Amino acid sequence: METILEVNNVVKQFGGFTALSGVDVKVHKGERLGLIGPNGSGKTTLINCISGAFTDYEGAIHFNGQDISKLKAHERTKRGIARSFQIPRPFSSMTVMENLLVPFAFVGGKDGPEQQEEAMTILRGMGLADKAFVQSNQLSQVELRKMELARAMAAKPKLLISDEAMAGLSGNEVDEVLDILFGLNKLGITIIMIEHIMQAVMKFSERIICLDAGKIICEGTPETIVKNPEVQRAYLGD
Amino acid sequence: MKYSIYAFLTILAFLGLSLMNVNEYIFFAGFVILQFVVLATAWNILGGYAGYVNFGVPAFIAVGAYSAVVLFKSISAPLVVQIIGGGILAGLLGLMVGLLTLKLRGIFFSIATVAVVFILETVVMNWRYVGGATGLQLTRPPDLWGFDTYTRMLFFVMAVLAVCSVSIARYIQDSFLGRGLRAVRDSEEAAECSGVPTLKIKLIACTISGALMGVAGAPMPMYLSYIEPTATFNLNYSISALGMPIIGGTSHWIGPVIGALLLATIQQIVTVTVSNELNVLVVGVLLVLFVVLAPDGILGLIKKWKQSSK
Repeated sequence: METILEVNNVVKQFGGFTALSGVDVKVHKGERLGLIGPNGSGKTTLINCISGAFTDYEGAIHFNGQDISKLKAHERTKRGIARSFQIPRPFSSMTVMENLLVPFAFVGGKDGPEQQEEAMTILRGMGLADKAFVQSNQLSQVELRKMELARAMAAKPKLLISDEAMAGLSGNEVDEVLDILFGLNKLGITIIMIEHIMQAVMKFSERIICLDAGKIICEGTPETIVKNPEVQRAYLGD
Repeated sequence: MKYSIYAFLTILAFLGLSLMNVNEYIFFAGFVILQFVVLATAWNILGGYAGYVNFGVPAFIAVGAYSAVVLFKSISAPLVVQIIGGGILAGLLGLMVGLLTLKLRGIFFSIATVAVVFILETVVMNWRYVGGATGLQLTRPPDLWGFDTYTRMLFFVMAVLAVCSVSIARYIQDSFLGRGLRAVRDSEEAAECSGVPTLKIKLIACTISGALMGVAGAPMPMYLSYIEPTATFNLNYSISALGMPIIGGTSHWIGPVIGALLLATIQQIVTVTVSNELNVLVVGVLLVLFVVLAPDGILGLIKKWKQSSK
């Protein structure tokens, strides 16, 4: 299987606190990878290192065979890494459509009628077509989550990182977002999902990595992860 | 196209006014009002569109003004050259300040811009060539470009600068740059992850904003026939330049224009009828009222009124 993302021995420290200590991750093209771990285990820090929100870490990150370790977040987005945020961050002064036109303009270089039509297609796929011209600060929680995924899609990513896109959603809404993520994966997009809702992670992921205290404690299929004593210890304690 | 026609007609109207036989005070006060249109518009490019509050307005005005003085004193440069020179140097200051401070966010950026004012003021206070702390008297050149008085000519020049500044702000708002700056204001991290080169566009905005403030300051020495650092580096400029867009509305290019025309006109009336000292009080009271009662400014109020009348 072809590797799309390779994280090599990444160490990230905040002052004296080591958030990631020598993390190695390989992600294959088209894969659905789940990233789990208790609060403070370093999941979001790892995602921030991959997406470029942090660049002051040790180690190296390769994307599509190229070293992107020193690239800024917007340069990584242009290379094909897009993400959603744990706490939704809409461009609240803009409509949903305008939110999508930002990546169209800055990644694709155009935001004309053709791109608006393309944005509309993405929104239709997310079930947000009727909200296209609504101010984004008027959206419900689930709509915000979908809009974040739609905005990430407007950057035409090869790798999509979904950071707790289902947090705070009801059972039906979780299923809706899961369907969207499955749909995007079918289009060939590699997806890394960080999630606390275990049922969703187990259903979605082909492979799961579990982090604890900044280290990978195990890696495997959902079936093996559930039975792993290290994972049980990390979540439930000794 | 329609806007270009309006802009051209506005300049023609100002030209007509400056050639009319009316009270000279109109041009004296009008210059100040139009100067605030330029300043408020310039401030809004970084402060309103991107949400980076710049308190260093007097530093940029002063760079424009003192560049003009140096150009005039050293090579007797004409007004146009003074304005261009002042704009370029203030733009460069904007770029430098941006490079040093734009990695800071929120209040830290604002404090850093205040520091620039004090640093430059200290430099000018000790620079004897431009008069140092006591200031410098200037004799206006005889060239009037066909106008009756120098004040009328300066009024027209400032009107052209105001129209140009507003046109630039309007262009930015509708461009990729404007979209990117709005994204930065709403969420810098999300903007960066949407492909927006946030530092680059903030630097561009800071440079353009600084250049326009410099342009507004450049004709000031000739307007007053005098320049001295205490008045030039007065922090009241910062209060007015940020108060006007906030009162008018920061989300659209017209907001700072409305705010500047309204507030600067009130200030001029207060100066003539009550006292010069009350100027700042007027800005302060209106600013507090708008921040509390109408945080989106006059434009926000109009929008609400339109929505409720539907």
